[in-house]
Amino acid sequence: MADPDKVLDVAGVSKRFGDIEVLSDVSFQVDKGETVCVLGPSGSGKSTLLRCINWLEQPDAGQIYLNGKRVGVNNAGIVMGDRDLSQIRTRIGMVFQHFALWPHLTVLQNLMEAPVQVQKRPKAEVRDEALALLSKVGLSEKRDAFPARLSGGQKQRVGIARALAMRPDLLLFDEPTSALDPELVGEVLVVMRDLAREGMTMVIVTHEMGFAREAATRVLFLDRGRAVETGPPDQFFSRPETERARQFLQRYAGDTASGGR
Amino acid sequence: MIHDFGIVWSERALLLSGLANTTILSAVSAVAALLLGFVLTPALMSKSAAVSGVARLFVDGMRCVPFLLFAYIVYYGLPSLGLRLDNWTSGLAALIIYNAAYMAEILRGAWVAQPREPIEAGVAFGFSGFRLFRRIILPSLLLSAGPVVGNQMIQIIKDSAFLTIIAIPELTHAASSIQSRHYVPFAAFITAVFLYWGLCLVIEAGVSSIGRIAEARR
Repeated sequence: MADPDKVLDVAGVSKRFGDIEVLSDVSFQVDKGETVCVLGPSGSGKSTLLRCINWLEQPDAGQIYLNGKRVGVNNAGIVMGDRDLSQIRTRIGMVFQHFALWPHLTVLQNLMEAPVQVQKRPKAEVRDEALALLSKVGLSEKRDAFPARLSGGQKQRVGIARALAMRPDLLLFDEPTSALDPELVGEVLVVMRDLAREGMTMVIVTHEMGFAREAATRVLFLDRGRAVETGPPDQFFSRPETERARQFLQRYAGDTASGGR
Repeated sequence: MIHDFGIVWSERALLLSGLANTTILSAVSAVAALLLGFVLTPALMSKSAAVSGVARLFVDGMRCVPFLLFAYIVYYGLPSLGLRLDNWTSGLAALIIYNAAYMAEILRGAWVAQPREPIEAGVAFGFSGFRLFRRIILPSLLLSAGPVVGNQMIQIIKDSAFLTIIAIPELTHAASSIQSRHYVPFAAFITAVFLYWGLCLVIEAGVSSIGRIAEARR
């Protein structure tokens, strides 16, 4: 059953691509203001899980609830049409691995596009909010630049501001720093850390163990499509309960020692 | 020879009205073919096999018919099916329908080559259907396909010369009248060639300004 107090309730979600079961019976919940980091080896289904939440991928089984309201399926049990789905998607902001900014629009226009065109909010109000968000991510002077003229770190900060401009109830991050040069990762993590501190509700798929340990309120560990372990980061990183999690953390510790990220 | 060009000069009113008609034919067809292409492209990319199949059949069919033959069919052939159009309407219809197929194929090619993520971001941010196409997909298609669309517009200008065979008083028709009236074929046709070239230069100037807009966003 849906718990209306939870911002996000993922209940028994499964997804397969052909013969491969990418997610099997994954359940987890997110409270308001929580920062949940989804960790796990490559191919463990982290990105697919994230994409199921806003129905970019349609789950084969299980339910997803946003603030107690079913995502993707209407009251009659029928898969939602584009219009209803769009309505829900505007409540869920998403930040992409490769930024996915709209190349034909300036930075400011990127922020204003969905609030004005989809949410139909008044332009002047959206513009004021967008300018405030740009100053929050430290990019006020880039407002009239096109995305192609920005560095990766700047693009991703615009990506985050664009998601926030929708006033979402939930923010999803799909490996937001994986496509960045190492020296640009920090500026993006700073913005995310601030959001966590301000109580934004977020689900973050990441390989940044340091960030997860420090900023997450909870960690969800996926392995081969299963939610193997969940708990507060201190517990997960220092006393993992499962053998799978131990092996995963050891591999990361090894990588760090040998100079990897 | 100079004398021949003097004769052409004395008929400049006829040539200029031909040039004006060619410009009108090309401009109307280019805009209409592009707009029709905007509708055909999503049909080509449709998930419904029936929709994409019909669109594909139309586009491939058009691309395999010589334009001259297609213009003949519209003007001389359709009346036997009970549809009689005057020469201007037939000529415009032929140019528009024929080139819409090319425009659609050009835009489809650009669409396939687009990075997937910005379009997916559009979906994730609540865009869908026609609004997704118009606000997110189409602008970047036009930026990347701009030069090829411009090239097709030049093709439209040249195709319009075929319409002389259905007696539309366009530039080739005017040049042809002058040469038959005064027996100055070289001077008349070369003058027409230069006027076509001038029109194409205008298109190329347009394409390069789109190119500059695109460059800032690339």
